[in-house]
Amino acid sequence: MPLYLNEDQQMLADTASEFMSEQGSIEKQLRHWRDKGCKDGFGHELWGQFAEMGFTGMMVDEDHGGLGMGHVEAGIVLEQIGRNLTPSPFLTSSVMAASALGAGSDDLKGRWLPGLVEGKSVFAIAVDEGPKHNPQEIKTRAEKSGNGFRLTGAKTFVIQGASADMLVVAARTSGDDSDDEGITLFAVPKDAANMKQNPVRLVDSSMASHVTFDGVELDGDAVIGEVDGGREVLNRMLNAGRAGAAAEGVGVAGGAFDRTTEYLKQRKQFGKLIGEFQALQHRAAHLYSELEIARATAIKAAQMLDEDADKADLMVSVAKAKVGKVARLAVQEGVQMHGGIGMTDEYDIGLFMKRDRALHEFLGDHYFHADRVAKLSGY
Amino acid sequence: MAEDLDAFRAETREWLEANCPEEMRQPVRDERDVYWGGRNAEFKNDAQKAWFEACRDRGYTVPDWPKEYGGAGLTPPQAKVLRQEMARINARPPLSSFGIWMLGPALLHFGTEGQKQRFLNEIARGEIRWCQGYSEPGSGSDLVSMQTFGEDKGDHWVVNGQKIWTSYADEADWIFCLVRTDKNDKYRGITFMLFDMASDGVSTKPIKLISGNSPFCETFMDDVKVPKSYGEDIPGYVGEINRGWDVAKYLLGHEREMISGAGNKERSGSLGPKLARNGIDNPVLRAALAEYDIDALAYGCMGEKFLDELKVGKAHPAQPNMMKYAGTELNKQRHELMMSAGGSRALEWESEETNGGTPARSWLRTKANSIEGGTSEVMLNVIAKRILDLPGA
Ligand SMILES: Cc1cc2nc3c(=O)[nH]c(=O)nc-3n(C[C@H](O)[C@H](O)[C@H](O)COP(=O)(O)OP(=O)(O)OC[C@H]3O[C@@H](n4cnc5c(N)ncnc54)[C@H](O)[C@@H]3O)c2cc1C
Ligand SMILES: Cc1cc2nc3c(=O)[nH]c(=O)nc-3n(C[C@H](O)[C@H](O)[C@H](O)COP(=O)(O)OP(=O)(O)OC[C@H]3O[C@@H](n4cnc5c(N)ncnc54)[C@H](O)[C@@H]3O)c2cc1C
Repeated sequence: MPLYLNEDQQMLADTASEFMSEQGSIEKQLRHWRDKGCKDGFGHELWGQFAEMGFTGMMVDEDHGGLGMGHVEAGIVLEQIGRNLTPSPFLTSSVMAASALGAGSDDLKGRWLPGLVEGKSVFAIAVDEGPKHNPQEIKTRAEKSGNGFRLTGAKTFVIQGASADMLVVAARTSGDDSDDEGITLFAVPKDAANMKQNPVRLVDSSMASHVTFDGVELDGDAVIGEVDGGREVLNRMLNAGRAGAAAEGVGVAGGAFDRTTEYLKQRKQFGKLIGEFQALQHRAAHLYSELEIARATAIKAAQMLDEDADKADLMVSVAKAKVGKVARLAVQEGVQMHGGIGMTDEYDIGLFMKRDRALHEFLGDHYFHADRVAKLSGY
Repeated sequence: MAEDLDAFRAETREWLEANCPEEMRQPVRDERDVYWGGRNAEFKNDAQKAWFEACRDRGYTVPDWPKEYGGAGLTPPQAKVLRQEMARINARPPLSSFGIWMLGPALLHFGTEGQKQRFLNEIARGEIRWCQGYSEPGSGSDLVSMQTFGEDKGDHWVVNGQKIWTSYADEADWIFCLVRTDKNDKYRGITFMLFDMASDGVSTKPIKLISGNSPFCETFMDDVKVPKSYGEDIPGYVGEINRGWDVAKYLLGHEREMISGAGNKERSGSLGPKLARNGIDNPVLRAALAEYDIDALAYGCMGEKFLDELKVGKAHPAQPNMMKYAGTELNKQRHELMMSAGGSRALEWESEETNGGTPARSWLRTKANSIEGGTSEVMLNVIAKRILDLPGA
């Protein structure tokens, strides 16, 4: 398959671009909800519009009312989300939770997927147990209890956890804290007794929740996939999220870059447009080059997840790391080249810098993935 | 369509299995492993000869050129399959030449039918080896300021001047050469001429590089007679008289694409797994390798995307400049890391273990990557101007 968008995908890109820059704009969404101090950090009305556009269930199979599309298509929507800094549950609900639920029973799918497709439900992902992504170590325990399980432990920085109707929780049903085996995924409803949420606002105005499970009783049918065999489903879900985050990161970087080159064409100092200074031209050209490479990598990772998911681990990490490095450069250069005005809240460029920080950290920063690349490559 | 491609892949695999000798499935180790063709070419061994001839007879020295010009007429998806299948078995290119990378594409675009019939077939069959006469002592990055002059004598020009950094001028059969034919018009006063290096008045003087090899030369032209025609429909210049700058720029796009290493598995592959065989016990070096591998594998994706887009006309026309910039900077970094990982062994200049100092010489050679064919700074200038449309660039 060639490494560019085919006609259908290009149409989707045009539609998503138009929709997101109109309905999902910084003005209408990010700033609006931020300035209101919204407890969700995103708008439920927009989530409903996502459903009308067919986005919410785009990765859900057609039997469950979705469109059965792949990671490349999800990436197309995510790039536009990134470009407009649109706050939404898309990545965690429509990409990650949808990926996990794909491995679930028919009952489980029947229970959760319709709400997602209709844009009524929001899901969150509860894997990490500390401030750095480390899915290898899972201490939260689920012990057999009657027909079901009893969940004890804590999850940190669960994005939109307090707004979610259901949390996908990775817990240990056997083995030691760092074992590959012995992981089970659960679909935990928001009203589960003995689950407590403590939401905090992050630098990018998104909401993350610290969740504690103090003996939460779950039915056996809350299990997603196999008991003790959840590592593979977890990995697939994380890869889907990482490739998605890479696509979103390309959008964040691209949005920052476009604003910056525009500014270089407007601002005058020393009697010239600052874009005439070669010192800035070369940095902008270098950034362009890096951004092109990052975009190619993000598409490749998504294609591999769609075509040959078992072989995609390495490229997913390459994409997350490369996009991470490049988006970081894009927002830093963006603020710097804006001069003093780049430091103001009124200008959007700083919002890109904040979003990049959070997105970069999500599901493993560039150091995490560089380490994973080395390990996967045998060194 | 997809089934056709699968069939083509199967057929290609079988053909490669039968025709690509084992010795030709090893990475290129030194200059003699590369077959350049030409009147005086010699094969290093029988395997190189057999592989070249098998490819030549099937049009696989230039797989995507039309059949009537010596190619195999492959479609872009077929050419990609062939590239992938050759990369899979590490097959060496059967023939390397400036004719394939540079002059050929320019002739396909600007040449007359007669020029294509003659010159493209000669290139595809490895019969004539070309060199490139662009740079002059006073005109490097600012190429258009070049002064080598051709005086119009009716049916021919008399050319006088000097070129420099002419790669392999001393081994080449013919030269494609930028010659000023109108001193009053900087851009529209250059003609893209073709002539035999054996012509009277052409002489070359090799220049030694920091790598110790001498692959480039000063090239002198003293009253060299360049005919305006080599026969019916075979002009001695490409494009129009005085409009050679258009051809020169078009060719540079292809040259930059080639130097970028796009689609070159060796150059866009990861380094860590190779070096790790001897163990990497330093965590800082390990981290540097991981950083490099991310960049290299990412660049590999970019190479694939670029070539895919190029073949269907979706690539930005100035994109080869970005590819050259990124690809050459990366390659320099690759060799820096290889030298560091190699330690003192990599410093050996003449030993047998290093095949005559290959690591050090290759490392030094890569420093030219970001100079030859247009420097990195010039690439960045072009990106700023033609892609980003920045003011005054
Ligand atoms: C937090 C903060 C506090 C400040 N406090 C004060 C204060 O107390 N008093 C005060 O007077 N000022 C203050 N300033 C202003 C500060 O000095 C200016 O922001 C600074 O001089 C840059 O000018 P500018 O913002 O107009 O950016 P510009 O000059 O417009 O620069 C924009 C971009 O163009 C680049 N650029 C400009 N010219 C060239 C060139 N010739 N070659 C290459 N690149 C070029 C710049 O490096 C920058 O990246 C403050 C600024 C900030 C952010
Ligand atoms: C190994 C090798 C093989 C070559 N083979 C050939 C060949 O076969 N045929 C041929 O014709 N030529 C060949 N060249 C020549 C090559 O194309 C030139 O070296 C190149 O174009 C740079 O020109 P220069 O060496 O005169 O450097 P200069 O143009 O003098 O550049 C010196 C420095 O100034 C910088 N600079 C120049 N202009 C600008 C600007 N506007 N903005 C910012 N920085 C600038 C450059 O980037 C460079 O760092 C070869 C060169 C090498 C190294």
